[in-house]
Amino acid sequence: MALSAASVFTAPRHPQDFLQLVNPLSSARQLRGVVTSVTPECSGSVTIAFRPGRGWHAHEAGQYARIGVEIDGVRQWRSYSLSAPAGQDPAITVTAVGRVSRHLVESTRVGDVLFLAPPQGDFLLPTGPRPLLMLTAGSGITPVMSMIRTLVPRRPDADVVLIHSARTPQDALFRAELATLAADHDGLHVAHRYTATDGRIDFTSPADLDALCPDWRSRKAYVCGPAELLDDASQMWHDHHVADALSVERFETALLTDAGAGGRVVFEKSDKEAVADGSTTLLEAGEDAGVLMPHGCRMGICRSCLVPLRAGQIKDLRTGETHADEGELIQTCISAPCGTVHLDV
Amino acid sequence: MTALQKKDHNPVAHLTREDIESLGRELDAVRASVVESRGTSDAAYIRRVIKTQRTLELGSRALLLASRWKPAFVVGTIGLTVSKVLENMEIGHNVMHGQWDWMRDPKIHSTTWEWDNASPADLWKHSHNELHHTYTNVLGRDNDLGYGIMRVDEDQKWHPVYLGQPVWNFVNACFFEYGIAAYDLELGKYFAGRKDKAVFKRDATKVVNKIRQQATKDYVVHPALALLTGSARRTLLANYTANLGRNLWTHSVIMCGHFPEGVETFTKTSIDGETRGDWYLRQMLGSANIRGTKAMHIATGNLSYQIEHHLFPDLPSNRYAEIAPQVRDLCERYGLPYVTGSLPRQVASAWGKVIRLSLPNHLAARLKRPTRRTQVEPTALPSRLREPTAA
Ligand SMILES: Cc1cc2nc3c(=O)[nH]c(=O)nc-3n(C[C@H](O)[C@H](O)[C@H](O)COP(=O)(O)OP(=O)(O)OC[C@H]3O[C@@H](n4cnc5c(N)ncnc54)[C@H](O)[C@@H]3O)c2cc1C
Ligand code: FES
Repeated sequence: MALSAASVFTAPRHPQDFLQLVNPLSSARQLRGVVTSVTPECSGSVTIAFRPGRGWHAHEAGQYARIGVEIDGVRQWRSYSLSAPAGQDPAITVTAVGRVSRHLVESTRVGDVLFLAPPQGDFLLPTGPRPLLMLTAGSGITPVMSMIRTLVPRRPDADVVLIHSARTPQDALFRAELATLAADHDGLHVAHRYTATDGRIDFTSPADLDALCPDWRSRKAYVCGPAELLDDASQMWHDHHVADALSVERFETALLTDAGAGGRVVFEKSDKEAVADGSTTLLEAGEDAGVLMPHGCRMGICRSCLVPLRAGQIKDLRTGETHADEGELIQTCISAPCGTVHLDV
Repeated sequence: MTALQKKDHNPVAHLTREDIESLGRELDAVRASVVESRGTSDAAYIRRVIKTQRTLELGSRALLLASRWKPAFVVGTIGLTVSKVLENMEIGHNVMHGQWDWMRDPKIHSTTWEWDNASPADLWKHSHNELHHTYTNVLGRDNDLGYGIMRVDEDQKWHPVYLGQPVWNFVNACFFEYGIAAYDLELGKYFAGRKDKAVFKRDATKVVNKIRQQATKDYVVHPALALLTGSARRTLLANYTANLGRNLWTHSVIMCGHFPEGVETFTKTSIDGETRGDWYLRQMLGSANIRGTKAMHIATGNLSYQIEHHLFPDLPSNRYAEIAPQVRDLCERYGLPYVTGSLPRQVASAWGKVIRLSLPNHLAARLKRPTRRTQVEPTALPSRLREPTAA
């Protein structure tokens, strides 16, 4: 408040623009964090802990945050689950698979500044004590690791079964820590599935799952990992009429690549234009043209990328459906243009 | 290019359609090479300039609190003037052009930027980016050409009021930021009854609020704060001087962009069916550069590279210097004028034109006119290079 009043001295700048000359974390208008540690995990992954500045709020186990970094001078945002337990300073565990993750894994140093958005997400522990089943694969273990770290050491009544798939033992994230936790606490049972030797869990019948966790149907279940795992598990829980007991966290969405779609995109308020092919989303096309596109998860979940359609037709790249109603709110992160499209952004 | 053909010479008569399109492709390639290589060091550049400007502003304003003491007054006033110049030119003008939008930093973005100037960002962006840069030097379309109050081309009809234009121009220079605000508001169009009343009212409210905000800062709260140190009067004077200095400087730089002798103008019909190559050609012929030191270039917001800026208004300003030799080389090969000169020379040339054209053409013609329109021989024109092989 006092700061807003002080803006008569600094207009049209905000006083924070000047305070930031001294302390880069002082701005609540662009939340930032300073990296406090970078810990290598198994091959191609690191855990990055950071101290957030003003505007952050404590995370709950299982939530994620949007992390922004600058690569070649361009700000790039991605979502990462917070792997640290609730109540502690946040940390993310990143596996290098593409542009941003590789940058985070290879170039992050202690003292670097990350751009942040506050924690969000409803992939959360149940409110009351319940037996739990965690089904994870690859980097999908990160939100679950936060849940286990939060719950298991603190709750003697915890009853958690973790089934984690990784290609080989060397690829299994947090393997040593999980072994220690399981040894120290009766409430945690860990089963690893090494897909290079044992193959993937077979979801065509319940046999595999029955063998790994006989009472899976009565547990509150969490699944996080590659899209096929999520789809297979959802189908299984659905078929056994326990779909409500399953919570799903998606890291990626399979999008169509449609050679037929594509076209010119006009970003009206920003006074910019782009040409996008059938597999480029409106979000990516806008960002590449320098438009400040609103976004969150970048994969069709959070709806923070909604932008009104002014004219034209767009295609939902998850389903192939088209939309052409003027004024309709479009999820730009999963939509591509079909012909010329005008967006109100 | 009919506007040019009426002139005593036509600087593009020797170009074939093929030459013009080839010129367009070459310039597209220059642009692409910069877009391709934009990166970390460019981002660091603009952040450094912004940080320098803010530190300078803060330091100068702090110093002015002690302006009872004369050296503090002098240094603080100079610092504040330089800071305001940087803020308007190298930062404000260029950020609002979208030169830094590619960084996707919401704090250095054309859609969020507001500047320390009487004209609100959105009005300025409309009249400058959309009208002036699209219709550069097109008579009757580009209002920047004489700002609607002056005659800066023989093809503009003379009227006795133009006799006073050297005076208007000086007054406009002193109050340039308000001149820009009035101009972005399209005051002239409004009084001629050609601007929608509701739109005008909305825009006018914005301008009044913006002027109030900036004037409150410079002329009320900072002097009031300086009351505590007995430096109020000097602080007020310093703010006034800084604004005046900034106004005179920006006015001079902007005059040099399109008014010096040798810069071409175009008729309304000449831009019908303009191709990308034609457009580039018009931007090049309609602009003039200023030669000088690196500090001078930065102080002009790199508008001293007006030709490069008009060709590529949204490329980062720190890169114009590096493409200028390429553009110049292109002009030589295609036999096109590349108008440039030192700051004093270009300012004098622009003023000379303002004074000369305050008179009707037949009187103006009697004044000795600086001859800057020497025909340039093309050194490597694509259409001529091809001929021997075609034969
Ligand atoms: C809610 C949420 C939480 C997330 N939590 C984490 C996390 O804790 N740790 C983590 O490493 N990532 C996590 N992600 C994924 C992360 O946001 C990025 O999508 C991922 O890092 C890839 O971005 P990139 O820029 O490196 O790859 P891009 O250059 O954008 O893409 C490269 C390729 O990698 C593929 N790809 C994307 N994600 C994955 C993946 N997870 N595994 C394999 N291939 C993939 C893409 O389809 C693409 O083909 C999470 C995503 C969401 C939505
Ligand atoms: S960014 Fe989350 S739905 Fe589009």
